[in-house]
Amino acid sequence: MAASAEQSSAQKPAQAATTWHGIVLETLKRNEIRLVPYVPDRVLTTLIKNLHADPYFTTFPTAREEEAVGIVSGAWMAGTRGAVLMQTSGFATLANVLASLAVPYQIPLIMFVSERGTLGEFNYGQALVCRTMRPVLDSLAVEHHTITRLDELEFIADRSIKQAVTTQAPVALILSPLLTGGKVFDK
Amino acid sequence: MTATPAHNTKVMNRFDLTRRLVAKLKDEAVIGGIGNTNFDLWAAGHRPQNFYMLGSMGLAFPIALGVALAQPKRRVFALEGDGSLLMQLGCLATIAAQAPKNLTMVVMDNGIYQITGSQPTPAAGHTDIVAIAAASGLANSSWAADEDDFERLIEQSMTVAAPTLIGVRIDDKPGTGTTRRDPVQIRERFMHGMGVRQPL
Repeated sequence: MAASAEQSSAQKPAQAATTWHGIVLETLKRNEIRLVPYVPDRVLTTLIKNLHADPYFTTFPTAREEEAVGIVSGAWMAGTRGAVLMQTSGFATLANVLASLAVPYQIPLIMFVSERGTLGEFNYGQALVCRTMRPVLDSLAVEHHTITRLDELEFIADRSIKQAVTTQAPVALILSPLLTGGKVFDK
Repeated sequence: MTATPAHNTKVMNRFDLTRRLVAKLKDEAVIGGIGNTNFDLWAAGHRPQNFYMLGSMGLAFPIALGVALAQPKRRVFALEGDGSLLMQLGCLATIAAQAPKNLTMVVMDNGIYQITGSQPTPAAGHTDIVAIAAASGLANSSWAADEDDFERLIEQSMTVAAPTLIGVRIDDKPGTGTTRRDPVQIRERFMHGMGVRQPL
């Protein structure tokens, strides 16, 4: 399932997306989220490629995840919506910026986190760091959802983005291996 | 590359330089980095186009990049301490790659963490931050020799179609004022200053 999802080509604009990454891209666009800095992850490869291919988006890599959080925070305050893409271990670098920028300044930081460390993880470090993610989010009372099903993705992502913007609060959308296929032991 | 610490540059004062910058401004955005950098920005006279950081050390330049990308017609200044920038050197490569035409970065370099007790930074005395910036792809990076040179570099940055980074050696004086630590008001006022919101 994961392999077929990864190999799908970009969605045609006129058709409703049928892959998870196609739905994420269309949901970003529908919510006028143009700026998408990221630190890459294997699972996010097709999404990142399609974001680069679509002139609607300004998307580029950053050296660290908190740098990307700073960029979208500045952009939002100046009138452009953004979202940050990362993997689980990257989220683990964000506790300080969440607690000192996004949450206290009431910034609708939208995070998509590709979940490593569970459901077939082969790297012990990833398995451990994954366990810190939800406690950090919960300790700051940051809204988060783990998305496991393709048929729920659009509803959760679209509603969560709208809620983040209207309530001026961060949200983390965790993309489970059940949705994306995850990364499996290959080398 | 030979380390070329800024030994030919005058040791200046953060508050004095910040006042010189603010005196030139109209509706430009200014992002003030954590600690003394934004305290002196506050003390130079609050303006709604100023954003003051109360944490997230090292993110003044990334926040400024976001503002610059969102409003390409507005000049954006970012003021950052040397210790802060050391936390986020990778952002220089990101900014060089995006190459916003409207971004001017100022690094206030005293080689110490003044606010925590003036301990030397790991870079003190041997690491040239302007050389790092240039090597990161920010070709328009230079040390300001003195106050007049700083003002000249600031004005020059407003006319070139590339991001500019200006290094200034500063003394070990603490910040002149203290920013009112009200993050929601700071953010809201800044959004008014950026013209994306009206007051209630």
